[in-house]
Amino acid sequence: MNAHANVQVTRAEVEDFFYREAALLDEWKLNEWQELLTDDATYYVPPNDDLEGSYKNTLYIISDDRERIRQRVIRVLDPNCHAEYPKSRTCRLITNVRILSVEGDLVTATANFVVYRYRRFQREFSYVGTYRFILRKTGDSFLIKERRVFLHAHELGRLGSVSFIL
Amino acid sequence: MPGVETSNPQKARSFVVDDKERGIFLLDREALVSEQVLRDEVTNIFAKCWIYVGHGSELKKNGDFQTRKVAGRPVIFVRDAKGEVRCFFNTCRHRGAMVCTERQGNLRRFNCVYHGWIYNNDGKLARVPGDEAYMDSFDTSGLGLKSPARFEQYRDFWFICLDPDVQSLSDYLGKAVTDYIDLVIDQSPSGKMEVLHGTQEYDVQANWKLMVENSVDDYHLPTTHSTWLNFMANSGVVVEPPKDKDLVLPTRGFAFDLGNGHFTTDNVNFRGRPVAAWIPLYGENAKPEMAAIRKELVTRLGEDRARRVADTNRNLVIFPNLVINDGSSVTIRTFYPEGPGKMHVTAWALGPVEESEDARARRLDAFLTFYGPGGFATPDDVEALELVQQGLANWSDDRWSEMSRGMGRAGEQLNSDEHHLRTFWRHWNKLMSGAQS
Repeated sequence: MNAHANVQVTRAEVEDFFYREAALLDEWKLNEWQELLTDDATYYVPPNDDLEGSYKNTLYIISDDRERIRQRVIRVLDPNCHAEYPKSRTCRLITNVRILSVEGDLVTATANFVVYRYRRFQREFSYVGTYRFILRKTGDSFLIKERRVFLHAHELGRLGSVSFIL
Repeated sequence: MPGVETSNPQKARSFVVDDKERGIFLLDREALVSEQVLRDEVTNIFAKCWIYVGHGSELKKNGDFQTRKVAGRPVIFVRDAKGEVRCFFNTCRHRGAMVCTERQGNLRRFNCVYHGWIYNNDGKLARVPGDEAYMDSFDTSGLGLKSPARFEQYRDFWFICLDPDVQSLSDYLGKAVTDYIDLVIDQSPSGKMEVLHGTQEYDVQANWKLMVENSVDDYHLPTTHSTWLNFMANSGVVVEPPKDKDLVLPTRGFAFDLGNGHFTTDNVNFRGRPVAAWIPLYGENAKPEMAAIRKELVTRLGEDRARRVADTNRNLVIFPNLVINDGSSVTIRTFYPEGPGKMHVTAWALGPVEESEDARARRLDAFLTFYGPGGFATPDDVEALELVQQGLANWSDDRWSEMSRGMGRAGEQLNSDEHHLRTFWRHWNKLMSGAQS
């Protein structure tokens, strides 16, 4: 394949990938989930009041490089991560999947989501937002190069912590 | 919550048992669950004390404004057309609607969407549609946006007080507090710090006073934050076990009563500081710049003061609800109750205005290693506080919280004791008991 040619990609393929990722996250299979990431993957949750600001000069909620993601997974799987022990139960609904652009083997795709998160004592949180991923096409699947999560609420407010992988 | 409203606001009462001879300090848990206590706090504390509004750096240009809730009150924090920083209640003088609905921006005028009354950004009423319907005696000069009774600043940290007769902000803080604020600001070569873009706002299902305690409680660090300590170790920071029997942290730290209900911890740093205390987490590339930052500190402040700025950290509480954490990064944190068992927290990052792009990015990254709703520590604090609030459902049958740690300690008090927490509670109790001297 010509390195400069854009890869062929269908919405259905991207959609399948989003669903596969969602299942791993909902099942807390975070080590398997990490296999979906490139070696230079990043994970960002910008602040609700400045969604397009840069992590270099804006206070984010989460701004992880690959190593920080690895450390985040070690942390949240540890029973001493009190915010996630007992583990939240999450259920992700993903929809409005769109491919925004394809450049070489990089695919920028977005999807809307609702993540329902349940904690003990009937506490229920609904995170509504948009994923914007930069995916690298590898064979018949993808790896995540950049994982950006926009939360639509004006402020995080009663959603409290983002102690799980959003 | 039936059965909790047992306190009588008319009658002075004490919420603490403070027995210095026996070394016992107990807190009545009703203070953390009662609707009546919260109502009394609104009157006796939030309407009587100086409450933080914002930092002048959030209003860079004339006309810049921020709207926010301060002590439960919607306010407009604005730099007017002449450059003067002001604070107004965000309430139309006509029929009471909020006149500014944007979170932040730059405006010359605030327009009420209800009947169209228009105010200049200095608060003056500029226009009343159809004003011919009013009699000649109708005087618009007294109908500008109302301001809180008092509005004062220390080094661009702006506060309001709803009590016109309160002592000045500078007397309220006192030199003990302002010395610590100065120490934080000494990070900046020009003596100017700024609030960075991006606000962290999150609710905690717990009483607001638990956040006061948590913000300065170094006793909880090894247990609540073991995963953070683990992360630090994984990133190459050697966290030594405590050397002395009475310590729970690697380094000795102290807690100081700063008067008027204010207090701080003051610790020898072991966790790295973006201002010139390098740790492997920052990366090798950061070393030369951090060495230069330290050199500038030494040149400007002398060796001792530079060490104080770079090698010590502090969590400062300005009574009742402002916390400045000068630790892994600098955060301004404030919070306000939305019920006895719920608070809303707002947090910002603060940095020197002249910081380079790299240093700024490092500061923000260091912030996120610990603080905030996605940080490696704050979510566990939130959980701990919510566990307290959930446990307090038993308050009427298990009434007292034990806060005697370090009562018998002579001389300087440790950060891992509860001396500073008692400082808060004694002052709170004084204000709530009606002893409003």
